[in-house]
Amino acid sequence: MKLLKLVPDNTNIRFLRWRVPFYVVSLLLMAASVGLVMTKGLNLGVDFVGGQMIRATFTQSATAPVEELRESVGSLGYGEPIIQQFGADNEISIRMRLPEGADEDPGLADQMARTITDRIEADHPDVRIDGVDSVSGKVSGELFQDGMMALGLAMLAISVYIWIRFEWQFGVGALFALLHDVTLTLGMFALTQMEFDLNIVAAILTLIGYSLNDTIVVYDRIRENLKKYRKMPIAELLDLSVNETLSRTVVTSLSVLITLLALLLLGPPVIFGFTAAITLGIFVGTYSSVYMSAPILIWLGVSGNSFVPTETAVDVQERKARGEA
Amino acid sequence: MLDFPRWKRFFLWAVTALCIVAAIPSLLSFTTIRWPDGVYKPMVNLGLDLAGGSHILLEADQRQLAVQRLENIEEGVRQAFDAANPEIGYSEVSTANNRLTITLENPSQVDAAREAILPLVNGTGLTREWDLDVLDGGQRMVLTPTSSGFQNAVTTAMDSATDVVRRRIDALGTREPTIIRQGDDRIVVQVPGLQDPDALKELLGQTARLEFKLLDDSPDAAALVQQGIAPAGSQIVPGARGSDYDGAVIAVRRLGGVRGDSLTAAVATRDPTNNEPAVSITFDSAGAERFARLTRENVGKQFAIILDGEVISAPVIREPILGGTSQISGGFTVAQSTQLAIALGSGALPVELTVVEERTVGPDLGAESIEAGGIAMGVGTLVLIAFMLLTYGRFGIYTNAALILNALMILGIMAVMGATLTLPGIAGFVLTIGAAVDANVLINERIREERARGRRVVQAVEAGYREASRAIFDANITNVIAALLMFFIGSGPVKGFAVVLIIGIGTSVFTAVWLTRMWVAMWLRRARPADIVL
Repeated sequence: MKLLKLVPDNTNIRFLRWRVPFYVVSLLLMAASVGLVMTKGLNLGVDFVGGQMIRATFTQSATAPVEELRESVGSLGYGEPIIQQFGADNEISIRMRLPEGADEDPGLADQMARTITDRIEADHPDVRIDGVDSVSGKVSGELFQDGMMALGLAMLAISVYIWIRFEWQFGVGALFALLHDVTLTLGMFALTQMEFDLNIVAAILTLIGYSLNDTIVVYDRIRENLKKYRKMPIAELLDLSVNETLSRTVVTSLSVLITLLALLLLGPPVIFGFTAAITLGIFVGTYSSVYMSAPILIWLGVSGNSFVPTETAVDVQERKARGEA
Repeated sequence: MLDFPRWKRFFLWAVTALCIVAAIPSLLSFTTIRWPDGVYKPMVNLGLDLAGGSHILLEADQRQLAVQRLENIEEGVRQAFDAANPEIGYSEVSTANNRLTITLENPSQVDAAREAILPLVNGTGLTREWDLDVLDGGQRMVLTPTSSGFQNAVTTAMDSATDVVRRRIDALGTREPTIIRQGDDRIVVQVPGLQDPDALKELLGQTARLEFKLLDDSPDAAALVQQGIAPAGSQIVPGARGSDYDGAVIAVRRLGGVRGDSLTAAVATRDPTNNEPAVSITFDSAGAERFARLTRENVGKQFAIILDGEVISAPVIREPILGGTSQISGGFTVAQSTQLAIALGSGALPVELTVVEERTVGPDLGAESIEAGGIAMGVGTLVLIAFMLLTYGRFGIYTNAALILNALMILGIMAVMGATLTLPGIAGFVLTIGAAVDANVLINERIREERARGRRVVQAVEAGYREASRAIFDANITNVIAALLMFFIGSGPVKGFAVVLIIGIGTSVFTAVWLTRMWVAMWLRRARPADIVL
């Protein structure tokens, strides 16, 4: 039986030759992402800014009457609703900011949700209210803080672990690759204006995990080769390590993509944003483990001596006593 | 490598079998087959986003609690001063700035006053509840709440509030509610399959503090109230919506009333005179005595029945009510009287609770999510299995077997832990399956490499497992770090995802590294192949 080989044996692509242009492009993309987040901003969901989200399905219609709803809900005096379709054409989510004074009187928020659902139900007898999420300003502030803290701590803790297991240059490299992945993902969310909620934080944490998975596999091979080929020029050694692990990188990324695509195309629409974020992250993460985390090692001065124990004064004396240079 | 002692094989198979058996009841729940009654039945719980239901986060209003504590100590001090012998005179009592300031008529009574106050200052435990300062040569006494005392009060209030919430939800007849204290001042209520969260929220939001206070019948009271000024010793209370006093304000005597926080029963009924919905209440013996005294001493006067700071009615006391039973009405609807009966019967909330977060999912959406998630999982797994077979041949079969066992083991362990499967959890499940193959990919690729370098079959396999293990270990540790942070810091959906991820990382190492290694070893020993297709 002939087996499928996506990456032929003895593949030798000189990835590192283009490290400078790729780095420049990546840095530009990162800058663009930061710019996008600053200017366009993230489309923060009720989890993070407070407010209410009402999900509804119009069971007897093919498409939801979005424009009509925007008008009728907008005329209720609670401000402009944000209406988005998700999943099937007849499923929508309506997002509202908390009404003024809701921090002092939480009853106002409840009243708003009820007024809106009553209005929709009166106008459209076929509507099915699928869910209501209501988050107060105080709780949303806490959720945002907790989420950002989890992200920051995860990146830091993982980098420290790599530093302990490898060398400091590897820790820095991994942290930089993670920053790259997270920044680009955030940029994507700013660009597409997809809703950014708690689920997306979980998605980013996951893609941090898997991007790092890739980075570690490459690093592990670099470490192994550094011990094996002490005299090899570092750029060549990095190329060798990336090529040796390339088949695994491709097969694993494809495997994860298969399951993610199934989830994206067939899975519940409620977690579409979540899966989309991870899917994007798989691409970005695979790229960054080759082009972000490996070349940085050259610039940080990793060499064949990085995994050789440092010579102590006693060692030097002994070496000289033996008459070696 | 080939040497797999019998005990090791037995151990690996036993662990696998145990986990899978634990997964069976959860799997059977999708079929019509019933798990026998009375047998241990581990089950994976479905989260509210899948089963449908409401998640409600309640927060105590600490400001209101502080005000109420101040009112209580004021009443206590007044009673203590009046009861002292000789009586301690005071000219002014102020509760401004969250402390109690008492101005004595005669500074020479300061020692007696201090003695009268001291028992009130020290709480039941070791913590002092109030700080007592004497100012202006004994003319003014100031009581300031200590922070530890206040924290104690919050904790006590939350403990009993949790009980009250539980009793109210039980009275509604909802099935399997989860009620958990969270942090200092919050309560999480989760009710699966609830259709109407509004009724629940209304019931939980109602403090149900019932007070009976005498109307201020001084001649100039009405005129002062008109100007929005509370007459001395009185307070202004608005009328409740729907009652006879809707839109009006009434002055009532601040002190000397009776509270309805010690009822033994509250039943929805109808007023015999006009057949309007009403609630009949029964005091406990101490409350009945106080109520009897209030009515006995004030026959012919009017008293206000105040519910949560609003007057619902103000009847004239025609005769002393000695039996400890009374009836309250005030333009209720039938639904309102039923709800009020539940709220009063389960006791007043010691502190006002407000809904700060609510998540409700309709049962239809949940069912759709399960179906879509299941289909995605099935299709994803099938395509993945085909991909592995094509890429790794015989080793792909081992990988696939590990994959399926991995999924079953996650389910089994979740069932034994009583963990909850949420929608992000399903995503975690699917993702874990995708990632679990990584370990096998690493191993298989490494074996390929070692073979290409010319190692013999057994040595190549051995080196493959040994060399790949290092990266697998490091990668999984970092994933566990991320997952643990998600679990401890994250909330709601993030947590549900993390649970599956943590279990999945463990089981994927077990199945992908240990189990496949055993299978490969057994095959190599039995077949002794000269070459392997990989």
